[in-house]
Amino acid sequence: MSDPGATLKPGAWLTGRSTYKRPLSYAGISSSDPRVARAIDFVSYEAELLDRKEYVVWQELYAEDGVYVIPIDPETDNFDSQLNMVYDHDKLRRARVVRLSEGYAISAVDAALTVRTLGRFIAAEVSDTEITLRAAQIVVAYKRGTHHIWAGDVEYKIRFGATTADDRIVLKVIRLVDSQGVTPASGFLL
Amino acid sequence: MTVEFTEENIYDLTPDELVLTDRVAGRMYTDPDIFDEEMTKIFERTWIWVAHLSELPKAGAFKTTYVGQQPVIVSRDRKGNIHTMLNRCRHRGATVCETPSGVVNGFTCPYHAWSYGLDGSLRGIPYPDGYEGIMDKSTMGLKKLRTEQYNGMIFATFDHDIEPLEDFLGDAKMWIDRFMAQGAGYPVKVLGTHRFKFKGNWKIQLENTTDGYHFPIVHRSWMATVDEETADMMSFMTDPTAITHVLGNGHSVMQMVPQHTDLEADDGSEPLQPRFDGLVADLRAQGVDEERIRKLVYTVHGTGFNLNLFPNVSLSISFFRTLRPVSVNETIIEHIAIGPDGPPEIVDRVNQERMRAHENFQGPFGFGTPDDAEGWDRVQRGAVGGPELPVMVNRGLARETKSPEGWTTSHVTDESGMRAAYYQWKEMMGNE
Repeated sequence: MSDPGATLKPGAWLTGRSTYKRPLSYAGISSSDPRVARAIDFVSYEAELLDRKEYVVWQELYAEDGVYVIPIDPETDNFDSQLNMVYDHDKLRRARVVRLSEGYAISAVDAALTVRTLGRFIAAEVSDTEITLRAAQIVVAYKRGTHHIWAGDVEYKIRFGATTADDRIVLKVIRLVDSQGVTPASGFLL
Repeated sequence: MTVEFTEENIYDLTPDELVLTDRVAGRMYTDPDIFDEEMTKIFERTWIWVAHLSELPKAGAFKTTYVGQQPVIVSRDRKGNIHTMLNRCRHRGATVCETPSGVVNGFTCPYHAWSYGLDGSLRGIPYPDGYEGIMDKSTMGLKKLRTEQYNGMIFATFDHDIEPLEDFLGDAKMWIDRFMAQGAGYPVKVLGTHRFKFKGNWKIQLENTTDGYHFPIVHRSWMATVDEETADMMSFMTDPTAITHVLGNGHSVMQMVPQHTDLEADDGSEPLQPRFDGLVADLRAQGVDEERIRKLVYTVHGTGFNLNLFPNVSLSISFFRTLRPVSVNETIIEHIAIGPDGPPEIVDRVNQERMRAHENFQGPFGFGTPDDAEGWDRVQRGAVGGPELPVMVNRGLARETKSPEGWTTSHVTDESGMRAAYYQWKEMMGNE
């Protein structure tokens, strides 16, 4: 299958600027596979907890070595070497939950109400112990008469436990369509 | 003569009459006509910060940004000269570049392919026979702004007749030099940028960078998460040595951590914070000598002050903060992370630490920024009520003194820096 944008033709504008170039791995496993279905149920639960701002419950869905990140550069996996919007390991995630919950942060006290939709699930890699899942996420945030859309691709790595209650998020990356542009400041999490 | 703001006169007063010694009228935040006038009389008539030199590291490097509401390109040509020009084709007005930054040979308009060099000169027109005898190509380059720089800070202006940049900066120059000392012996470079918007007038942000008073209130939740040393460092509310100087031309500097005002004066007596133990160990493992480690780690949290440069940039402790007025009630802010620009094996680890600290407070999801933005939104929403009611900037007016340098000086929580910015605003808005 030849790619007409692979080489720059005389007078052609540089292609590929309107999307990112991350490789799209695909396990070829159906969403009805029990492991995939289990992961979809799990991230849907995570999404609902976030919409309800049940952060104290939410943080326990993460493994101790789990990472939550909203990068600015949508191409990168090397979050250490770049500036991110959020790059939380366990300690910072727990501090953030305190901040969002305790009532001192005026942006969190008056945070937008959110409803998010997850869809377009793709199982990238699946094993009996771990799954990498990709999804589209649309968060509509409503505050003082204004709706803002936070649209992005989400990548989850989930470690399966002995039961579904033991499943843990090892990595969640939210790549916003406007991560390099301008967003509002936020009093909630994506 | 002092004018009283009343319901009857508030819309009859000229903009410069809306600034009094100790207060400004709320109408300044909400009147679209004043906003339009500000774009002309301030943003097109003074030096506007557009880039840091590290953002244009080689020939062909460019960034797109704005001067006021006007889109511009800042570029570096093959001779190393920096140019700022309108991002607007001279043919039919299209933008010639919609990429935030990059490296190019020139700029070609996508509409009819008029092409421009890195200095904005018009190089090529397709099918040029239609212009024979009616247009001189040499006069049809991109509109140029005057561009000057000081210590890596690049500014541009539409006004080709105003004072040189260095005169405009005046006493702020030595503070820029002090700020750049956080390069720890290396130049400073941009590491990344957070961008966010708030629904409020640009002057609300202008005030905030010289507002020590809000810090323990608005940033209480951030203070609760930091270690004791950092909390101590930021406990300037009752520290009499934490002071603000007014530097002229609307510029001011607030020193929140006076012991870190002059990073080069470090005598080694202040212990490095334990939270940097890992960083120190990593630098040692890289074979970096102890003196340099001390310098790099001592400067990792930046300087102890915010230097507020009128009207659109602040050198704020460890980063640059810029504001871009979008409309009377919308402003875009950039928080630009910086760090030393040295050999990667030395500075990369340091800059990781700096980026993590920046993420912690700044940006749309930081532990600090969203709370600031909430405060600013609330000011705009409230200020719509009572356009004649004053916004008070009188804190500390009775305790201002003169420093040996002749700078009006007060406590860091006082509003001297705001008064200085508004005085400059008043001067410029009063000009014809």
